[in-house]
Amino acid sequence: MSTSPAQAFGAAHPLGTTESSAVRRLLIGVALTFLTLFLLVPLAFVFFEALKKGFDVYLAAIVEPDALAAVGLTLTATAIAVTLNVLFGVAAAWAIAKFAFPGKNLLITLIDLPFSVSPVIAGLIYVLMFGLQGWFGGWLRDHDLKIIFAVPGIVLATIFVTFPFVARELVALMQAQGIEQEEAATVLGASGWQTFWRVTVPNIKWGLLYGVILCNARAMGEFGAVSVVSGHIRGETNTMPLHVEILYNEYNFAAAFAVASLLAMLALVTLAVKFIIERCGTEAPCEDRQA
Amino acid sequence: MRAELIGSPRKETRTAPTATPAALSSDAEASLANRDFSIARAFDAGGTSELRKATYRRRRQRVLPGFGLSLGYTLLYLSLIVLLPLSAAFIKTAQLSWPAFVAAVTSPRVVASYRLTFGASLGAALINAMFGLLVAWVLVRYRFVGKRFIDALIDLPFALPTAVAGIALTGLFASNGWLGRLLEPAGIRVAFTPLGVLVALTFIGLPFVVRTVQPVLESLPRELEEAATTLGASRWQNFRRVIFPIVMPSLLTGFALAFARAMGDYGSVIFIAGNMPMVSGMTLLLIITKLEQYDYAGATAIAVVMLVASFVLLLFINLLQAWSRQRLGAQA
Repeated sequence: MSTSPAQAFGAAHPLGTTESSAVRRLLIGVALTFLTLFLLVPLAFVFFEALKKGFDVYLAAIVEPDALAAVGLTLTATAIAVTLNVLFGVAAAWAIAKFAFPGKNLLITLIDLPFSVSPVIAGLIYVLMFGLQGWFGGWLRDHDLKIIFAVPGIVLATIFVTFPFVARELVALMQAQGIEQEEAATVLGASGWQTFWRVTVPNIKWGLLYGVILCNARAMGEFGAVSVVSGHIRGETNTMPLHVEILYNEYNFAAAFAVASLLAMLALVTLAVKFIIERCGTEAPCEDRQA
Repeated sequence: MRAELIGSPRKETRTAPTATPAALSSDAEASLANRDFSIARAFDAGGTSELRKATYRRRRQRVLPGFGLSLGYTLLYLSLIVLLPLSAAFIKTAQLSWPAFVAAVTSPRVVASYRLTFGASLGAALINAMFGLLVAWVLVRYRFVGKRFIDALIDLPFALPTAVAGIALTGLFASNGWLGRLLEPAGIRVAFTPLGVLVALTFIGLPFVVRTVQPVLESLPRELEEAATTLGASRWQNFRRVIFPIVMPSLLTGFALAFARAMGDYGSVIFIAGNMPMVSGMTLLLIITKLEQYDYAGATAIAVVMLVASFVLLLFINLLQAWSRQRLGAQA
């Protein structure tokens, strides 16, 4: 982007390109009121309700066996989903960014498809595949396997809703980086895996981390898709968001908000890490500190 | 930010699949043979067949290894996780006769739910378009205390699980909640009414417009505004005639993204909607109700309507983004 003459001479606000201070204050005021009402107040409310009845009640709601089982299941499902989507994301980005082939744009669109499918419908399509009356329902029953209303269904639904996160980050990043460095490594005699681990991975680590963070947050918080396939069996197929729903519907608000506050903290940590990565991606000193 | 990467113009420039073996000198042949050796090793690591190595040698300019493996895995995973299950919805619906399908997707309860779902999503996207543009403007143009914090916080609706947002908003607007207590004496009921749905969907879609408009405003050259001012334009004319037309495609994209997200969201609205049939029953909740009654065909028929609607929206968004890139490219 070129610099305007006024900027070059160091004027902070070139003539006529900013508003009077009254207008400025009004706009800032309206924007901040809107954001406070829609973002800060609900966030504060979660923690307020969680701690309203004291810290003992809060702690009891979290260490209760069903809550712990829900935390365990959420962590398991998320770990599997994130790992598989990272493998897929790297493979897809390698194929799309490093090679030319017909139908590439269609492939990119298809990878993004799960973002435009409602989570509820994502759950539904797995019920149609693996439910008792589904395509593979009879076969699964004969072999005594359970996917729907069991953990595998929860994992599948989680994979579906978080499918594009890592891939779309890495495709964009690796396309921007080009293939010269990898070509050079290969011509100098590096094997494919050496090139990948020593050249590509260091180049994409921030983008990869960014994708993993977003994928992780969505996987842990997914509600609609998991709700359809879970069957809501307490202590067995209940993830954290589903546990929140059950507690809330039982009017056990303090416990519901206690578990919800854990998820809210996850969201805050995600935002913090995202903030740091975005700065690291653009500002050099951060890279140095890491190294 | 991220949008710049997605719209990167450098894609597909450096890969040339066609080979010209006749033009190679003997030196080049020798180095290529060496390279083939290392490439063959790489392929062995990936466990590919002799046949593929042979095909590979014919396309010598594809220097990097792993094309077959990575593309093959991508297509397999995509088909198993996304395409096959999605096709199940359409195949299941195709088994329904046409009159049965029409009856399932146009019953009064279902039509009322479309009206609420699409209406509330549209309303929420409009609110987000207005306030999103304002927030993006304030964040790009002005300085104030806590700006970086606010900027980072914008993405909260992406990171906060929707169920948490749902119970928080319901609690806030319930008659004894922080905001409900203030609004109910004035006769405004939010929780368990369509207004509550609107509030929840506004929360869910909040980051989209801000994040699509922000980078465009950041890269807006100041010369344009200076020129307009020199030519006698007022500040408002400047905004309406110079800035707004440039920002418009990204604003529309953000609007469409917020609309799409609102249409498909479930966790945030289920608690606050109250699900009264014909009044605050959401389409997605109808799908779940039908599933619980083992009416798979009925649930899938409604799901297909929603799927088609979101695919049309996706196509629209892609066209908007292409238009937006073209506009920005022409202006830069």
